[in-house]
Amino acid sequence: MSKKETQKEVVLTPKKVYDFCSKKKLILGVVIAVLVVFIAGAVIRGIHLAIEFKGGTLITYTYQGEINTNDVASAVKDIVGSSVVVRTGESLDSGGKQLTISFTSDEGLTVDRQTELTTALREKFAANSLEIFDSNDVSPTSGREFLLKCLIAVIFAAIVVIIYIAIRFKNIGGWSAGVCSIFALCLDLLVAFTTTVVCGFNIDSNIVAVFLTILGYSINNTIVIYDRIRENRKLMPKASLNELINVSCTQSLTRSIRTSITTIGTMLVVTIVVMVTGYDSLLSFSVPLMMGLISGTFSSLFVAPVTWSWWMNKRAAKEKSSK
Amino acid sequence: MKKTGKSTFFIVVAFIALFAVTSVFGIDKLYGDNRTTYVKGVDDIRLGIDVKGGVDVTFGPAGEYDADEGQLDSATEVIKTRLSSLGITDNEVYSDTKSDRIIVRFPWKVGETNFDPESAVKELGEMAELTFRKGTDTTTDAEGNEVPSGEIVLTGDDIASAKSQYLPTEDGKDLEYVVSLELKSDGENSGKEKFAAATAELSGSETPISIWMDNTLISAPRVNATITDGKAQISGSFDADSSKKLADQINSGALPFKMETKSFRTISPTMGEGSLDAILLAALIAFIGIAVYMIFLYRLPGVVAVLALCGQVAGSIAAITGWFGFMNGSTLTIPGIAGIILAVGMGVDANIITGERIKEELRTGKSLDAAIKIAYKRAFSAILDGNITNVIIAVILMGAFGVPDSFFSKILNKTIFFAFGATAEGVVYSFGFTLLAGVICNFIFGVFASRLMVTSLSKFKCFKNRKLYGGDTK
Repeated sequence: MSKKETQKEVVLTPKKVYDFCSKKKLILGVVIAVLVVFIAGAVIRGIHLAIEFKGGTLITYTYQGEINTNDVASAVKDIVGSSVVVRTGESLDSGGKQLTISFTSDEGLTVDRQTELTTALREKFAANSLEIFDSNDVSPTSGREFLLKCLIAVIFAAIVVIIYIAIRFKNIGGWSAGVCSIFALCLDLLVAFTTTVVCGFNIDSNIVAVFLTILGYSINNTIVIYDRIRENRKLMPKASLNELINVSCTQSLTRSIRTSITTIGTMLVVTIVVMVTGYDSLLSFSVPLMMGLISGTFSSLFVAPVTWSWWMNKRAAKEKSSK
Repeated sequence: MKKTGKSTFFIVVAFIALFAVTSVFGIDKLYGDNRTTYVKGVDDIRLGIDVKGGVDVTFGPAGEYDADEGQLDSATEVIKTRLSSLGITDNEVYSDTKSDRIIVRFPWKVGETNFDPESAVKELGEMAELTFRKGTDTTTDAEGNEVPSGEIVLTGDDIASAKSQYLPTEDGKDLEYVVSLELKSDGENSGKEKFAAATAELSGSETPISIWMDNTLISAPRVNATITDGKAQISGSFDADSSKKLADQINSGALPFKMETKSFRTISPTMGEGSLDAILLAALIAFIGIAVYMIFLYRLPGVVAVLALCGQVAGSIAAITGWFGFMNGSTLTIPGIAGIILAVGMGVDANIITGERIKEELRTGKSLDAAIKIAYKRAFSAILDGNITNVIIAVILMGAFGVPDSFFSKILNKTIFFAFGATAEGVVYSFGFTLLAGVICNFIFGVFASRLMVTSLSKFKCFKNRKLYGGDTK
């Protein structure tokens, strides 16, 4: 078969083309509703920063026998109010078992509060003969500068991605497509962030991982659809932009849903396993990621192409009226 | 394009299997009790403190010294930099300004033979202050230690950068390891000016310039000429390791005060003991689920996709263990696992895109060979763009948060991140690392290997049935 023949071919439009573009208002409504619910939830719950971003207190006790770290954590939580991480260990210089409790605190721990905490713990875990070993009020490990650097890194990455999309998708008006993909991405990130807050998870370094994963996933998803539009533009040069978007989204629908089933399913499995085995601390990773992935599927199929069509049509109308 | 025959399938499968086995189990030899590792396997992965735990060390100023906040901050920075030059990018460093404590936590696997936590701790807390002095005079201090007393020419602060080099000796007969220094050249009283003045004064005289690390004399070269270009060299009895270590120490700066270890203990993982098992269990269930799903949806290409995914997972493991000689291994943390999940997810996506395409092309009535060929070609542009954007993200993250010495960091830190110190943040770096490795594997296995396998299988008579590819019978 010669190469020329393979290029010439029938365009097989799907039997039923879903009209994505006319659902502009519905999509906008869903986006606004989701944002309102999530942001309201986040405002009500309030943001809890973890110790690495906020600073807090580390107390080390020596103990005897066996101790259940989850029980200690809930006992400490009752007293200090913020969430607590309890870790066990063994001293390498003086020997003996040790227990390190870390929690965020606004103005350090006063001597009275520390005594209160120690007394309460000794009462509750009498068999373990707890002795205070060390206590430190620590500053944030990765403070504002780290978050700011993350932010700049992500913004810089977003700009480079927009430029890349602009170049690769030149024939369908790349700049606006790039900007729309980043807009869809922001929505996904916001959903993941507010999920973390609404669920009452601390903002810790896991959130950075969640954000970055969604960043990669969401853009990849949008690009797959843009790619279809780019290809269909060549095959159906006469089609209007909205037709083009509708056909391309419909063609990509199966793929989008199937890919999402695998990724979201994976996170669902992680969430279930973590809940069954009791490692709740991993939930702050898997749940926001899952929500972000769900949002990513929705936004790449609906938000990005539809905003983009709205933008392009608006621009076309403007050019017409100025003529 | 070269012809893909029937045997190609078996060659590719054998390659994937070999790769998977070596990257999971590693290659090592047992001579009695000595294990020589040629290729590191899963057991050699250094796991992050969040999933495996590690050691917790509390440092404080030696004696009664009272450090101020600024000094404590800079000490914290120095320790962070030293941690990353030791290859420990995954760490937690807390500082307590009230009691002048710096608490450092980093991962350490019990039984890890090539990593000695005691020496790592010693290296972190060592003061190792570098001084250049006139003459080699020493006096004895109150505690009876011999300390250098010559007039100080330069200190560590005057040095812009240091690196280890392998250069010919003075007589040109041999090669030796030296530490080359670039002195700071900003302003009138900079390291460059001070060094030029001192070498001008001592040039030709009997008095050498002596170089000290704390109270240890490293070398005392005679000055033959005035040195005005701001470059200096320290030679002594260095080997490759010790010259690199000294260069790293100089680069990370001297601690502003002498530190000692206040306590030293092991610590359980942030995520809870056994969290790794939970993650592995979840990963296994998810992988089996994806495998069944892919085979159910795409039949033959689905089977190929599962083989390709095995290769991709092995590739991610290989990247972390340092299977590839040119790439250093990394510490596996929760964000690192997220990077693997993303990359594997994209690998699945690549296979789904192609699988869907094969079905579509078959439906337009093309022959099997043509459909496969066109499907892979068409699917590639989407896979390429999606993956390249992820490469962009991974590279930027690795540059922004990697070890300051690395190539990307050097470029980015001098441009867009000029306002920030060159800090290494293990969590983000770990993510970028596994994502980049995963995306590269995606091209190798998800695209190249799977195309070879599908094309090769379609040559078999028993696999000619279009139904096996999701097409209609014709």
